[in-house]
Amino acid sequence: MATTRGLFGSSLARKYWMALTGLFLCSFLVIHLIGNLPLLMGNKEAFNAYAHFMTTFPLIKAVSYLLYASIVIHSVDGLMLAKQNMAARPANYVKYNGAANANWSSRNMALLGTFTLLFLIIHMKSFWYEMHWGSVPMITDAEGSTYKDLYTITVAAFEQVWYSLFYVVAMISLGFHLWHGFASAFQTMGWSHPRYTPLIKAIGYGFAVLIPATFASIPLYILLT
Amino acid sequence: MKFTLNVWRQNGPQDKGRMETYQVDQVSDDMSFLEMIDVLNEQLIGQGVDPVVFDHDCREGICGMCSMFINGEAHGPGRGVTTCQLHMREFKDGDEITIEPFRAKAFPVIKDLMVDRSAFDRIIQAGGYVSVNTSGNLPDANATLIEKPHADAAFDAATCIGCGACVATCKNASAMLFTSAKVSQFALLPQGQVEAKERVLHMVNQMDLEGFGNCTNTGACEVECPKGISIENIARMNREFLSASITSK
Repeated sequence: MATTRGLFGSSLARKYWMALTGLFLCSFLVIHLIGNLPLLMGNKEAFNAYAHFMTTFPLIKAVSYLLYASIVIHSVDGLMLAKQNMAARPANYVKYNGAANANWSSRNMALLGTFTLLFLIIHMKSFWYEMHWGSVPMITDAEGSTYKDLYTITVAAFEQVWYSLFYVVAMISLGFHLWHGFASAFQTMGWSHPRYTPLIKAIGYGFAVLIPATFASIPLYILLT
Repeated sequence: MKFTLNVWRQNGPQDKGRMETYQVDQVSDDMSFLEMIDVLNEQLIGQGVDPVVFDHDCREGICGMCSMFINGEAHGPGRGVTTCQLHMREFKDGDEITIEPFRAKAFPVIKDLMVDRSAFDRIIQAGGYVSVNTSGNLPDANATLIEKPHADAAFDAATCIGCGACVATCKNASAMLFTSAKVSQFALLPQGQVEAKERVLHMVNQMDLEGFGNCTNTGACEVECPKGISIENIARMNREFLSASITSK
């Protein structure tokens, strides 16, 4: 098989990596959301304990490297795919009716993905970078354990109206990205079946609405209370 | 019926090309779109203007030759039809209609609305065949039992006429629907198993070499396909390619 490019380099391989990293990032969204639920209850101790656990527990640390790698692969691979796709049609149509045969989110995955990446960079600078290398004030809980007080930093950030609004817009963008992306990943991997594909699509639509909406409710809750 | 036509004119592959506007009248609503172009060309010849070059052959929807991107859609607004099966009654009297060639790097324009789709032939040559013994002792065609659902799915995939509407429609100019239909029609049958791995690897490889884009799973191709080829075929090819990539030597 010297003439074929198999799992590296072929167009399908690029898509497999997109799908696998995308689905892994979906699983991360669920964990991240569960961990952040204390913010919605105003539970300072639980949130700080979660943040401390996530930055110190060895297994989580190991998985976090997989997460960073997934973000980089999904972004770089996505940009390379978008570049190839543009090159595949050097002369554009004068009139192109994309809405006639495909939904909006499926036609704008690169745009939605780029905006999500921009959000992610700002988001990680605000919290991830500050938690690891920034100057987060320390706090001692009732049992005498000392934690970094990420809760106070988070609440302070979301009390800024523009910052919270940016989060809400970013979550809407993520929602559209997932609306197409979730089920699309299964199709790319070839995990298609007349009985299960409708179920996967339904789960995907639910996921795309529920997860970003719950995330977006966190800055809104902090802003309004 | 009367129409204002914005038609893409391009003298050759190297020419930049431009839109030209023409008026046609005395068009019957029973005419096919190609017959309407015939009327336009008669008119242009009468005026001493070069007629519009376009692909056509059987004019009954089975050869896959007629292309044309009409009002932003491959084969125009109809569903499950080629351009020769699109009738002028689908339009309103006085409509302005934009007509362009199928656009993709892998489908270079030959002239006006005619494009070179031989990239599809090269994908077929890369693996879209089965080897059979032709030395005279052919096996009986019905000796190999095939499950009805598999036979039906293989037949459905084989109805692809290679027109290229999938490529023309796809925002990425991807040839995944075509290639996957040609992979599937063999992958579903016992006769196709001998070369199954090599077939999918070589056909996908050729598809990439031709400069087609990647699949974003928008599903636009199956909507515009005149033969209703399903993107389930794309999932099947993705499956076949993954397993062949991992297990081939």
